[in-house]
Amino acid sequence: MKAVFVATVALGAVGAVFGVLGVLISGWERPPVDTKQVGFRGVGMEQVTNPREEAKLIAQDQLPEPQFPVDPGSEPASEVYQNVQVLGDLGVDEFIRLMAAITEWVSPEQGCAYCHSEDEEFSSDSLHTKVVARRMIEMTRHINANWQTHVGQTGVTCLSCHRGQPVPQNVWFTDHGPPQALGMAADRDGQNLAGAAVGSTSLPFDPFTPFLSNDGTIRVASTQALPAGSDRNIKQTESTYGLMIHMSEALGVNCTFCHNSRSFFDWEQSPPQRVTAWHGIRLARELNNEFLDPLTDVFPDNRLGPLGDVAKINCATCHNGASKPFLGISMLPDYPELRE
Amino acid sequence: MALLNFERKYRVRGGTLVGGDLFDFWVGQFYVGFFGVTTIFFTLVGTALIVWGAALGPTWNLWQISIAPPDLSYGLALAPLRDGGLWQLITVCALGAFVSWALREVEICRKLGIGYHVPIAFGVAIFAYFVLVVVRPVLMGAWGHGFPYGIISHLDWVSNVGYQYLHFHYNPAHMLGVSFFFATVFALSLHGGLILSATNPKKGEPVKTPEHENTFFRDTIGYSIGTLGIHRLGLFLALNAGFWSAICILISGPFWTRGWPEWWNWWLALPIWS
Repeated sequence: MKAVFVATVALGAVGAVFGVLGVLISGWERPPVDTKQVGFRGVGMEQVTNPREEAKLIAQDQLPEPQFPVDPGSEPASEVYQNVQVLGDLGVDEFIRLMAAITEWVSPEQGCAYCHSEDEEFSSDSLHTKVVARRMIEMTRHINANWQTHVGQTGVTCLSCHRGQPVPQNVWFTDHGPPQALGMAADRDGQNLAGAAVGSTSLPFDPFTPFLSNDGTIRVASTQALPAGSDRNIKQTESTYGLMIHMSEALGVNCTFCHNSRSFFDWEQSPPQRVTAWHGIRLARELNNEFLDPLTDVFPDNRLGPLGDVAKINCATCHNGASKPFLGISMLPDYPELRE
Repeated sequence: MALLNFERKYRVRGGTLVGGDLFDFWVGQFYVGFFGVTTIFFTLVGTALIVWGAALGPTWNLWQISIAPPDLSYGLALAPLRDGGLWQLITVCALGAFVSWALREVEICRKLGIGYHVPIAFGVAIFAYFVLVVVRPVLMGAWGHGFPYGIISHLDWVSNVGYQYLHFHYNPAHMLGVSFFFATVFALSLHGGLILSATNPKKGEPVKTPEHENTFFRDTIGYSIGTLGIHRLGLFLALNAGFWSAICILISGPFWTRGWPEWWNWWLALPIWS
């Protein structure tokens, strides 16, 4: 009897210590908060943000001054330089200007030598980074020309993802997860671990491989009141939920940015942003499969993931916590050559 | 309804908080008092306003009638009646009626010379409602953060507000609230089962006493909380359920704007395992 009592009190005390700890060190916020109504009044269709955090994000999301404008130059770059495969149609001065911009966007510390070997001609393809960069320029033009459903007229440049870093801060590799037991316990479908990619939830920790590389079925909601016609199950729903958490975190928005949760699947009740996001998922998937995955052999081993796959794109790669990267301001008027 | 013969002696004068002897009377079974009058007033006005709001709305379908709070753009100002002003008045009436009812309970407690446990318990429920439609909206800067008065529409609100924080099950106070709700139901069912088992013995045997009830739990789990204790426990569990529900929505928004799963990063970052 007494032992039971002591044990109960001890357990309670441990719980209380952790509870107090949680309350003390968990980074609470405070009023005032900013809210934006995105649906009919009273039904909770709202974006809630912390204005102090928002100010930091806006400060980070400022575009650099564009390179000084130049006349394109009298001759095309392909006639002046050798081995110009994708930007040969640019005037030579315009070409140099873009090279300077790319250096500023991608490798400001490493400089030109990040892609052009210091010991060789500029035309040499001996560094993998140059081969990758060429393909990335093609990718940028492809996005701006063919994916206006997602990027609109704003478009993208190298800076959109790179932000002054040779490898963008937010990329992903297929995550095999930690080692674990075999046999009956072999498959937990990526669950029950706090996954960084899924906003610290215990949802499947790699939401990218099934949906942003593979063509996994994201839509899980039944279209009927009773789930009579649906072949989707809770496990699949949790995978989808993981991807959706990633999207929310990547854009700094909550679920009501794209969905009215009274009916997640219904386009009629969804905010229009959901259409943009739908195209964004297809965009990321296409870029991963058409542009990045084929570069796997080009990269040295130390640039590949633990399973030997190439670094890939998700929503955070470009969005970096903002629903409109760089506040939605387009750089393309200053670099029209990236529009193709 | 006929008065039970023992009830007459409890119908004593006095104990009122407001109004002296003026409203100190019964109507049939019901004690009136000043707060009985205000309860009736707020209830009738509030209900009439709801009916008016329903009449302005697109439907008489009981499930779909909804009296929505104002747009967020009105902030903490008064809104036109059609655009959320009715919601504001109905909220005032609801709080008026709930608080009146609690104070009427207080007066009855005073007449009987018993503790204030019942009005305090009801007060916790009123507190939860007050937090939901007054405290949190004020902290967030707009009455539009209150929930709409409608059977389906308030569920839409609950769902969307939950998804504003990505995964509400990770809200620590929500976890406590839910756990206390389950614990309340569990304790109540154990208690109900125990009392019924003691009062329904085999045919021909006498009804058992608390000795048997205590022995049952001592034999089962080594401890019986006792006849008075079980009611203390029940009240503790139930009030905590309501209290933590209020806290879980109070902290969502004013004190946390991100996904609730992220709140737990402090746990992941504890030096024990990180």
